[in-house]
Amino acid sequence: MTDVVVQEGAAAAPTNAWRAKALANFKTGDSTFRILAQLAAATVLLLLGGIILSLIIGAWPAITTYGVDFLTTQRWAPNARPNPVLGGLGPIYGTLISSVIALLIAVPVGLGIAIFLTELCPQWLRRPVGVAVELLAGIPSIIYGMWGFFVLGPLLADQIEPAIAEAVENIPILNVIFAGPASNLSLFNASLVLAIMILPFVTAIARDVFNTVPPVLKEAAYGLGCTTWEVVRRVVIPYTRVGVIGGIMLALGRALGETMAVTFVIGNSFRISGSIFAPGTTISAAIASEFAESRDLHQSALILLGLLLFVLTFFVLAAARLMLMRLERKQGA
Amino acid sequence: MNPFYASRRRTSKVAMALCTGATIFGLAWLTMILFTLFWNGFAGLTVALFTEMTPPPNAQGGGLLNAIVGSLILTILGIGVGAPIGILAGTYMAEYGRYSKITSVIRFINDILLSAPSIIIGLFVYGAVVVPMGGFSGLAGALALAVIALPVVVRTTEDMLLLVPTQLREAAVALGMPQSYMIRKITWRAARVGLVTGLLLAVARVSGETAPLLFTALSNQFWSVDLLKTMANLPVTINNFINNPDPNWKRLAWAGALLITLAVLSLNIVARSLSGGRNPK
Repeated sequence: MTDVVVQEGAAAAPTNAWRAKALANFKTGDSTFRILAQLAAATVLLLLGGIILSLIIGAWPAITTYGVDFLTTQRWAPNARPNPVLGGLGPIYGTLISSVIALLIAVPVGLGIAIFLTELCPQWLRRPVGVAVELLAGIPSIIYGMWGFFVLGPLLADQIEPAIAEAVENIPILNVIFAGPASNLSLFNASLVLAIMILPFVTAIARDVFNTVPPVLKEAAYGLGCTTWEVVRRVVIPYTRVGVIGGIMLALGRALGETMAVTFVIGNSFRISGSIFAPGTTISAAIASEFAESRDLHQSALILLGLLLFVLTFFVLAAARLMLMRLERKQGA
Repeated sequence: MNPFYASRRRTSKVAMALCTGATIFGLAWLTMILFTLFWNGFAGLTVALFTEMTPPPNAQGGGLLNAIVGSLILTILGIGVGAPIGILAGTYMAEYGRYSKITSVIRFINDILLSAPSIIIGLFVYGAVVVPMGGFSGLAGALALAVIALPVVVRTTEDMLLLVPTQLREAAVALGMPQSYMIRKITWRAARVGLVTGLLLAVARVSGETAPLLFTALSNQFWSVDLLKTMANLPVTINNFINNPDPNWKRLAWAGALLITLAVLSLNIVARSLSGGRNPK
């Protein structure tokens, strides 16, 4: 910015002095504000660096002690003598399995709701239903945990799990996956609670990307005589595929890191069982239930689990964002 | 009607019925969860809940006063630290560096922080604040909440400032206003409602967070407003009370859960009605 100094003779001298002072004030204020804004923006970047750094420092003793074996060891014995035996396979397995099952349930339902909201729902009902589904996302996760523990758990253990187990009794493979005994605390219960929790994310993103489809494409398809389902299946979904997959990845990122809801219902067992009706644990549940009482190598191993979780979610979320960005560019073009 | 077309119509009908079913299924969960909360928690919403301290185990009565106050302090402090930084960072992205490469990097990183597991934030604050300070503290809890609130505020601030028409900025600059004054007097003011929405969403997001408080603020059975000591807060108190067989504690936990949910949901609804249809993600 260049300053224009106007010379108007001697009488204007005091005015000029005030003006110079005001300009100087403006300048310092301006640059201070700019620097503050830059610092704040840098904080966001530093935060990510700080998180990674602090996790690596915290996890270092466990990394040097266990190395790659940590990923393949199932035994979790923090009190073993002389040295604790700690392996992360159990929680890693639980995290992945519970998230995948949650996605298998939440994705079809979420897409169904999004299709309902964009294609079927009468205009006046769209907003209330949309908001109601989004409110599901606002409920704190501890509430989901309590509900899963006190309501869903008994229901599953008494009615649904025995019924499923009986139905698949004689079918190979399935009778291992759905083997009893039914229990309140299980991987299955955790997956269901997770599914309900990520449902609003899948729905909201799917609805938003479905709305980006140009109406003229849909109208053309209807004009050719397509049914509603054919329009969705052949026009809407192909057009928005990248965005939908991005939304699913985003939901997966949430599911992987969800803590409180899972801690309540998963049973915190580090043993891997073939049955999803058996208790298990996830990385976040393990940290939440053991961290406060842990020390030394045990604590470091928990931080290492946290680091693994962060790396995992980082890549899932990064992929999700890149996909959503691709759709946005397409929309902008 | 030829049979082929009839079968296509049938497929469509079935698929659409399934979609409607999915919606009912989704809304049923919301209703069931809210119903459970009211069923178990409504009886606990008494005056004592707001005026008495958390009781010792196996006692009668008592309330959640210290936990409610602790939660308020942690939330206000967390937002107080996170929001100004978030608004400034969002302002940088929308005003100063709108077209620069660094802004897209920040946006990308911020979006990842936005969805990062909150328990990781807890671990980070444990390593960065609790260990150096030598113990659990309310301050650490507030900082954890600030880290969670920050990306929410950054995201909404940037989105809302980008909605402000460029002509407004050009007019202000043409009058000779320095850029920072233009931002504060024109763009912030034009986007005021949006910025408030972002703050409300951030408050809603942090007030239910439990995981990052488990090993930062911990909790406290007694009245304490000392930021350097452990501090009682609703989520962790609920977590501790609900896992206990004591029926009185359970009753209080359900009442507290209802309280948090109502607060969070009403914040969400207010934020949504303020933003009027544009929903910031």
